[in-house]
Amino acid sequence: MQKDVKRLSLILLFTPFALWILLLIIIPHMGMVVLSLREKVAPRVYEYGLGNYIDFINEPIYWNTLLRTGSMSLLVTVLALLIGFPIAYYIAKIAGNRTRGALFLLCLVPLWVSDLIRAFGWILLLRETGVISSVLQWSGLVHEPIEFLYNDVTVIIGLVYTVILFMIVPLVSTLDGMDNAMIEAGYNLGGSGPTVLRRIIIPYAMPGIVSGCIVVFMLTAGSYLTPILLGGKNSSWFTEQIYDQFITRFNWESGAAFGFLLLVFTSFVVWLGLKITGQTLANTVARS
Amino acid sequence: MTTSPAYDLECINLSKNFGPVRAVDDVSFTIPSGSFFSILGPSGCGKTTLMRMIAGFEDPASGDIRIKGKSVIDKAPNKRNVKMVFQHLALFPMMNVYENIAYGLKCNGASKAEIEARVRDVLDRIALPDVAEREIHQLSGGQKQRIAIARCMVLDPDVLLLDEPLGALDLKLREAMKIELKLLQHQFNTTFVYITHDQSEALVMSDHVAIMNQGKFEQIGTPQELYHAPNTSFVAGFVGDSNRWSGRMTVINGDTATVETDAGLTLLCSPAGSIRPEAGQSVEIFVRPEFIHAHRQDTSPAEDEPAPVNQLDGKVDSLLFNGANSRVLVRSSSGQLIEADVTLTGGTDDLRPGEAVRLVWSPQQTMCFRT
Ligand SMILES: Nc1ncnc2c1ncn2[C@@H]1O[C@H](COP(=O)(O)OP(=O)(O)OP(=O)(O)O)[C@@H](O)[C@H]1O
Ligand SMILES: [Mg+2]
Repeated sequence: MQKDVKRLSLILLFTPFALWILLLIIIPHMGMVVLSLREKVAPRVYEYGLGNYIDFINEPIYWNTLLRTGSMSLLVTVLALLIGFPIAYYIAKIAGNRTRGALFLLCLVPLWVSDLIRAFGWILLLRETGVISSVLQWSGLVHEPIEFLYNDVTVIIGLVYTVILFMIVPLVSTLDGMDNAMIEAGYNLGGSGPTVLRRIIIPYAMPGIVSGCIVVFMLTAGSYLTPILLGGKNSSWFTEQIYDQFITRFNWESGAAFGFLLLVFTSFVVWLGLKITGQTLANTVARS
Repeated sequence: MTTSPAYDLECINLSKNFGPVRAVDDVSFTIPSGSFFSILGPSGCGKTTLMRMIAGFEDPASGDIRIKGKSVIDKAPNKRNVKMVFQHLALFPMMNVYENIAYGLKCNGASKAEIEARVRDVLDRIALPDVAEREIHQLSGGQKQRIAIARCMVLDPDVLLLDEPLGALDLKLREAMKIELKLLQHQFNTTFVYITHDQSEALVMSDHVAIMNQGKFEQIGTPQELYHAPNTSFVAGFVGDSNRWSGRMTVINGDTATVETDAGLTLLCSPAGSIRPEAGQSVEIFVRPEFIHAHRQDTSPAEDEPAPVNQLDGKVDSLLFNGANSRVLVRSSSGQLIEADVTLTGGTDDLRPGEAVRLVWSPQQTMCFRT
């Protein structure tokens, strides 16, 4: 009786989760893999084969875009970590109890606004007739309007801005769990500031760093809106290629192949990152 | 003020405020080399704050701290040769035992061979030679304790600070670690400053104990001095068990005084404390349970009982059996419960609850302090 109730509640609890995984993650991806293996040989005639993947390899623009997306995403991840770590450290360890809540909330505020509106905000600021350009002209520093949009630097800034929160949150939660006495012990035993940071704080925060980096990297590599709106035509983001295949060319088969390639590629990068830092996914999830 | 390096640690008029709270108030003390010094006080009296100032984590508002005769006020925490064992030990969970102990040596720039030799040596000394490669979570509570001490001792500190290091342990382990700590201190021959709010820890282990209350040191002395000759009523009440009365002193005659308690009892007592009470003042009276003798009212007391004694009649409320430390709780006619040591042999002679008893004790054992 007791056992049945337990089992039933377990099933009830797990059903939504299992459904979600099955319907929204597993089935679409399997469908995508199947789709990507189909080749159009004539109108409405399909054949199974690796043609879509061979096309990808034969066309340097495609894999260059993928590599570029990957490396820019890595850069964004590193920048988000470098900027996010001090912020997270300040929130978790230095700020008083009351300011901590306020600061954390402040970090969450950008999430209140949709991606699209945020990107438009950047556009309003940065375009040729935008706020910054106008102010610079008005102050006499420059004499003609400057276009800040549509270059890599702007794309990276915009991306860092959108994803940094996902770096800060796991970092704050791991650093918060760190006993202050541990840092003090680090100093007490003779460590200087940099030593304590390198040998105690960073190793302790490693699970948070890794999970933050994974989330940020995945989000960046898979983002669409920010690179397109801030980078324009020459942003060359891989998601743009996928969109192009699906919507513009109506070539679902190759779009699916691209999508699957993006997944494989980003997973590979994450795996490589875990290998290099000597972390495992299990211990990262357990401790952050 | 002396600067003789015979003292490992000197604190001179140290004070510290947290906003309106005066956590440490004008504290001065000196600790001779190689001794075990405890600071005993109730929760929130400023013990941790005092220790954090010595370690350099808090800046004192005023005063000076000298280690081996040299002022360390301007030195950063990592430049002071004072090591600290934290309340929850603060071992580094991402390092194994060996790395934990080696951390401080690496910070000092010791060579690999030297680190290896010294870590092995200190592990031998704490009698845990085989745990070097273990992770911290694979150690027992008592082992963690010893590793935390070894991690400090491997650096040859001038003073080792311990902030209630036994607080997290269960009772049985605490008892064992008490003796262990004392032995370790002997072995390393380093000055230990031990913070606790557990008086039995302080009394058992220490050469000297300071009693702290509300940021001030009430008294510094050997455990025996504090127990038998307390300076203030706070010390008398805090160290050891006591029966207490409050009242007013009516007559004082040399070493004995007569006090009328609030419950209307007249007691003879000896004035104590650094400021002696005077006639007419309100006082507090302390009598330790081991000095009170309880016997049945129908039996007469021993013939050689000294003449002027304090007497109190009452009924046995309950017996607290604890082997050789058994006590009897007696309810006096005014309703107060009084504790007295008794010998319970298990025979028919023992006192039983409900019996009428008379309590007697001498005025010399009746300490009376000005309030
Ligand atoms: N960082 C701080 N900010 C404000 N007040 C503090 C701070 N640290 C301690 N206090 C106050 O100073 C007083 C002494 O605190 P302290 O931690 O030294 O007590 P303690 O004797 O160590 O107590 P316990 O035995 O409970 O550890 C307390 O009233 C405490 O509230
Ligand atoms: Mg404390």
